[in-house]
Amino acid sequence: MNTLLTIESLYVDIPLAAGVLHAVRDVNFLVRRGETVSLVGESGCGKSLTSLAVMDLLPKQATCRAKQLVFDDQDLDSIGAHQMADIRGRDMAMIFQEPMTSLNPCYTIGNQLMETLRRHTDQSNSEARDRAVYLLEKVGITAAASRLKQYPHQLSGGLRQRIMIAMALMCGPSLVIADEPTTALDVTIQAQILALLADLQKEFNTGMILITHDLGVVSRVADRVEVMYCGEVVEEGSVAEIFERPLHPYTQGLMACIPIPGKTLPGKHLGSIPGIVPTPIGDLKGCMFRNRCSYVMPECAAARNIDLIEIAPYRGYRCLLSPEASSQKYKEGGTT
Amino acid sequence: MTAALLETKDLTKIYTVNRGLFKGAQSLTAVNGINLSVPQGSVLGLVGESGCGKSTVAKMILRLEAPTSGQIHFDGEDVTDIQRKEMARRVQPVFQDPYASLNPRKSIDAIVSLPLRVHQISDRQKREAKLDEIMEIVGLPPRLRQSYPNQLSGGQRQRVAVARALIMRPEMVICDEPTSALDVSVQSQILNLLMDLQRQFGLTYLFISHDLAVVEHIATQVAVMYLGRIVEQAKTEDLFRQPRHPYTQALLKSVLTPEPRRGLPQTHLGATYPNPIDPPSGCTFHPRCPKADDQCATCAPKPTMTADRLVECHYPLFS
Repeated sequence: MNTLLTIESLYVDIPLAAGVLHAVRDVNFLVRRGETVSLVGESGCGKSLTSLAVMDLLPKQATCRAKQLVFDDQDLDSIGAHQMADIRGRDMAMIFQEPMTSLNPCYTIGNQLMETLRRHTDQSNSEARDRAVYLLEKVGITAAASRLKQYPHQLSGGLRQRIMIAMALMCGPSLVIADEPTTALDVTIQAQILALLADLQKEFNTGMILITHDLGVVSRVADRVEVMYCGEVVEEGSVAEIFERPLHPYTQGLMACIPIPGKTLPGKHLGSIPGIVPTPIGDLKGCMFRNRCSYVMPECAAARNIDLIEIAPYRGYRCLLSPEASSQKYKEGGTT
Repeated sequence: MTAALLETKDLTKIYTVNRGLFKGAQSLTAVNGINLSVPQGSVLGLVGESGCGKSTVAKMILRLEAPTSGQIHFDGEDVTDIQRKEMARRVQPVFQDPYASLNPRKSIDAIVSLPLRVHQISDRQKREAKLDEIMEIVGLPPRLRQSYPNQLSGGQRQRVAVARALIMRPEMVICDEPTSALDVSVQSQILNLLMDLQRQFGLTYLFISHDLAVVEHIATQVAVMYLGRIVEQAKTEDLFRQPRHPYTQALLKSVLTPEPRRGLPQTHLGATYPNPIDPPSGCTFHPRCPKADDQCATCAPKPTMTADRLVECHYPLFS
């Protein structure tokens, strides 16, 4: 079986004083071995909560339900906290966004790296150390053995991010969730870290969920893309399909926002999406993007629910416009 | 060519760093003899990796830090001869993180009108009128005037920072990574706003960023900084079409444009940015440079100027 992770109808609700926040609604996708699926969207679109739901690391007050949440033939919904703790770190691992805050300042790098392996396997300390050194060298850290004695504050941001990656790979997980792994880094190091992740992925045949809002990163690394807006997947497809023919007005808007050297004329206005992501509290109706959409029609507000229209397997979008009409409007430069 | 509004001459900043209780102090050269010239009404993009001294240059121009040596001339005058308040009226900053640069306990009204009060424009009506005007220019709805920064979105906060910078109609704005803390959709809004304002008021920008795509879009001239030195400076078009310095070339290569099927670029930079306390000998870029030889390791290259273009390299690239 090639499928590693299946998510079907995932919902995450967070009760707040103002009402229930429907942070993630009806998210469906799957990740195969050796494949990179990218979740794209602005902050507050539910990308991180989706991945935290998979890891069972949601905040306490949040409730999560799914029709199907299957990882490696195990139903994550039905297994207990103990079993989940066994899986987490061993079979699926997460690379967190900020290496500055996600490493423990009181323990050495070596301590933190070896802890994962010691928790999940019965390998000895020296075996764990060998594995740590091996992975640190893999992620391009020189003098790895001496680094093990260092504390996080002695390392630069780029090095800390590499440590995070090495830590996620300690037990050879089959799924890696990378939450904005390169956002805090310089462009020169960003390219290297991404190349490194791609190499390691090829070597260990891991599946990867890459969460980012940087479309440049997505286009170069991902195989498939899930564009999220306000808790829903509004468009999905292969990376080529999404970039060459974006169908949802939100995806089109995102594409128009970024200056591309050689393509956008310097000094010309960039496209923009006016307004901000709405907060999905209470009873939701109609298209969530309608207040920012330049193609908005009266039907957008009236519709009870807009379904994801599948135009091909794993290729769909959530909009009332037909694919032809949407592409046509995009060509005319509808998103401004 | 129009006269330079801002010029720096051999601008240098050396910090003294304590390395520990018994190790004594050491000097860190953050900015090492920089000559910049920003013509009136142009946008100079300053790019480089973190730690190369971009922000220190900005701080010195704003006179938040005193240079160790060298001069800054603004409109032909040495800035040390210009009164602090006068300077603050003519040069204003927009900082990176609008979550940190606005006082959380002050209303938007108070934040934006502070420059007016500092410069003693005491007439209440005049102040109100100016405030209304600037809020409209930067696209903030008047209902936000009594709000506090925490009630605003990231884009709105950055608009507040821009409004505060522009309310006294300065001649120059120092933008220190104004969009890197923002989402792409918001980034494009702020960039559009900055470009509009520049045209509308004939502003001059020093635009500091590590996003080369953004710099290419907004800047007329680009200066590339590496370890406290300007290694290449040229017109934006020339620099992006034909980088001469190997570092510039590597930087341009590592920009990830949204083009699927291109794969990831291979740069030869290696990961290690040198420690500015202990900079490499000779050309400071030589440990990461694919073309470096013995001369690079021992002898620092002199800046050479050819046809509006400055390059500091022994072996500049000619395609």
